[in-house]
Amino acid sequence: MNLKISALEYVQGVKNGDISAEDFVAQTMDRIKSIDNNLCAFLSINADAVIQAREIDKKIKSGKKVGDCFGMPVSIKDNICIKDSKTTCASKMLENYISPYDATVIKRLRQQDAIFVGKTNMDEFAMGFTTEFSAYGPSKNPWNQDYVPGGSSGGSAVSVGAFECVASLGSDTGGSVRNPASFCSAVGYKPTYGLISRYGLVSYANSIEQIGPICRTVKDAAFMLNMISGVDSNDNTTIDSRGTDYLQDIECDIEGKKIGIVKEMTGEGTDPAVLSATKDAISKLEGLGAICEEVSVGMTKYSVAAYYTITATEAGSNLARYDNLRYGYDFPLEGYEYNSYIAKARRNFGPEVTRRIIIGGFVPSAGHAGRYFLKALKVKSKLTKEVNELFKRFDFLVSPTVPVLPFKLGEKIDDPVSLLAIDINTVTANLTAKPAVSVPFSNHNGLPIGIQLMADSLQDKSLLQAAYALEQTVSLPEVPI
Amino acid sequence: MTMIGLEIHCQLTNLNSKLFCSCKANYRGCEINENICPVCMGLPGSLPRLNQEAVKKATMIAMALNCSTPQRIAFFRKNYFYPDSPKNFQITQLNIYGDTSVGGAGSITVGDKKIRITRIQLEEDPGRLIYEGSSSKNLITLVDYNRAGTPLVEIVTEPDFETPKELRIFLNILSDILANLAVTDPTLEGAMKADANVSIEGGNKVEIKNIGSFHDLEKAVHYEITRQSSLQSRRREIIQETRHWDEKRKITVSARSKEEDLDYRYFLEGDIPWVRIESDIQTELQTKMPESISSKKERYTKYGITSQVADVLSSDKYYSDLFERSHTESNAKEIANIITTDLMGLADTKERRLASKLGAGHLRDLADSVLSGAISRNSAKDALYDMVKTGRELGDVIVSLNLGNILDKPKLTEIILQVLSEESQAVEQAKSNPETVHYLVGKVMKKTGGKADPQLTLEILEAKLA
Repeated sequence: MNLKISALEYVQGVKNGDISAEDFVAQTMDRIKSIDNNLCAFLSINADAVIQAREIDKKIKSGKKVGDCFGMPVSIKDNICIKDSKTTCASKMLENYISPYDATVIKRLRQQDAIFVGKTNMDEFAMGFTTEFSAYGPSKNPWNQDYVPGGSSGGSAVSVGAFECVASLGSDTGGSVRNPASFCSAVGYKPTYGLISRYGLVSYANSIEQIGPICRTVKDAAFMLNMISGVDSNDNTTIDSRGTDYLQDIECDIEGKKIGIVKEMTGEGTDPAVLSATKDAISKLEGLGAICEEVSVGMTKYSVAAYYTITATEAGSNLARYDNLRYGYDFPLEGYEYNSYIAKARRNFGPEVTRRIIIGGFVPSAGHAGRYFLKALKVKSKLTKEVNELFKRFDFLVSPTVPVLPFKLGEKIDDPVSLLAIDINTVTANLTAKPAVSVPFSNHNGLPIGIQLMADSLQDKSLLQAAYALEQTVSLPEVPI
Repeated sequence: MTMIGLEIHCQLTNLNSKLFCSCKANYRGCEINENICPVCMGLPGSLPRLNQEAVKKATMIAMALNCSTPQRIAFFRKNYFYPDSPKNFQITQLNIYGDTSVGGAGSITVGDKKIRITRIQLEEDPGRLIYEGSSSKNLITLVDYNRAGTPLVEIVTEPDFETPKELRIFLNILSDILANLAVTDPTLEGAMKADANVSIEGGNKVEIKNIGSFHDLEKAVHYEITRQSSLQSRRREIIQETRHWDEKRKITVSARSKEEDLDYRYFLEGDIPWVRIESDIQTELQTKMPESISSKKERYTKYGITSQVADVLSSDKYYSDLFERSHTESNAKEIANIITTDLMGLADTKERRLASKLGAGHLRDLADSVLSGAISRNSAKDALYDMVKTGRELGDVIVSLNLGNILDKPKLTEIILQVLSEESQAVEQAKSNPETVHYLVGKVMKKTGGKADPQLTLEILEAKLA
């Protein structure tokens, strides 16, 4: 059985009777068992996946109505809650935490008969860009296992890239879906803020993050959006977009579309191989009839600083609840009073999370907020204004997803500041609530390069059309695994 | 001059659900940690879901207290660690980006004084801490989260009070207003609480927290004024601090934890978008506002009800509701009197009110019967007592307790003649001085057990004496 097919091919195959859900899921689980010891894409596995797939086959045979996913094996980032399953956020703090409820996206996928094969590895609480900050060890890039897979949704991207599932859900706070998708040659989609419910996504920086699919093709990403997007009464920030079919007209061409090439995202610090791939992508887009022009987003130079200031502030608040009093890990209370207990219990946060909590306690504090947090909010609002102005003239903005090629495990972990610069191209979409996608575009000495397209708020459908058009121009090697 | 300000917390107990989830707003009667869900427990991944009804109720409170009501309100996070707070931050309101609290400046009139309201904010209540064990060694703290997330309206006043007594009068008026709005039941334990800040001339401001009841509030403030004055007379500094009320020892104790030094790192709660309160909703709420206590009072006095009775009647929602449903133009005054003189002793507690079987119909019949002379005021008391207890119709009560007035003229004449023959001296006196006829009326009343119709008795007596 070919596990390398796309989500749409899987659905078609099961519909036609060419594929049995049970066989496909069983082989997927076998593959996870045989290769994931090395790749470390998963933190936990669903032991009932095959039985659940068998039930789908039975439903199909008996002519009952089956959901649109037809038993498709999907992996889920370990910061999205699945009822009665562990949700650890790759942290020791939540080592034994089992969620008593389903996230909205999980509920919706369940209704469509998706099967959750397991929870994927990530940087602890989604803070990082390599998965090296996972408390349970890093995931490996399937293209070269000495290399990082990107992050923080690294496990999700690896599981898609190494055919351990058909599609995956990650979360994107500053590029955490697009970055690993780019490093693992997958499609990573970050929707308009509010398009997908965050209910059940463990908050890191709640005002800017979104759940997003990581898939093999752009069409698969559109399919996943059809499954999970739309207003949710459990998340007051969701937008009513139900009824939008993201697959419909996806093959529509992009002739005459105006695309801005962001100068600040293709300049200094960009790897030459990445730069040449970007130039190549621009000429491909022009070849499709798009009109490309260089533009400037001046606030980009402050965007990363603003991003870290805002996310640290929100993280400090969002992660305050992990005091180990109501849930968490085994750590007896005896012999402590409240303050000494939580101080000790909270030492189980890893180094990067601890760093950001400390920063998050400082930048919004009385006497410092004006210089840091409030200034960051100002940058966010100015950046949004700038980008909104550009979208009056342009349909899309293009840049490399990540300015560098995937790097080796351990290469940058001791240099947190250089790691921060990696997300310079991705944070703008989060800070401005815009949709953005990373499309696999090129391969340099066996290392993938992704191209990012960004669109105006709620232009998700046309963004997917552009991504699809770009995707059709490339033919990439197969992953050597 | 002594300056006292209040921060009053009022739970919106009449709402169906908590501020951000569908657990019950009134948690009383629940088993410990039964009234909880992933949202109010702040479980990983859960998000607050704003109760729009709570926003409306809080806006109505703001309107009733003559506060400005902004068109856009926002929620903020107040960050601090405490075991009763499941998220270790509280979702509350603040006015750092303009007036975004549910209510702005307003005022309440207390006697001839105006107490200014600084602002009104909507926020979530924390859980409840239960301490067990006595010595510090074995002391354990248990947490009941049933209350966590209960909608709470905080009303902040300017330091416009000068005496503890003014506080009591103000809080009585405020609870009446809130009960009249049907947003809360102030009689429920813990539904209303207040913190106070107290400063005397030339001294620093001291905040008193942890006051369990309004009764204790008066005591705590009184204690605090005495403490501060005593410090000042000994030329000692009054330190600006937070003090806790020690219920057992009836004193205030320094909180030590330097709560005023805490930095709450307030910032916008991104999970709840700004809420627009369109002007049509404000208008709708205005029209839905129950009639204010003062307007009720004014209306009641038009029936000839005395100002004092109208005051009592209008400020108690239970009584005024009964009055509204039972009175007519002609019997209003009588009903008001029955309620404020007789019913008050029978329905003074929440339990008695719940148990009472008295309906508006009962009251109407009773007042009408008194006015028609079918029953004396004295007997009306007995009938009222019976109806509150049994809920029987007035007619049945009169028959079974034999309470009806003697309206039969020949029968009454017979009794009066009997009295006249027994009281020859008084008869002579009455003939010379008509004023003393009331002595004879009393005698007739005594003989009939109070059932003689007073008007009729007087008529017959005067005819016989003429």
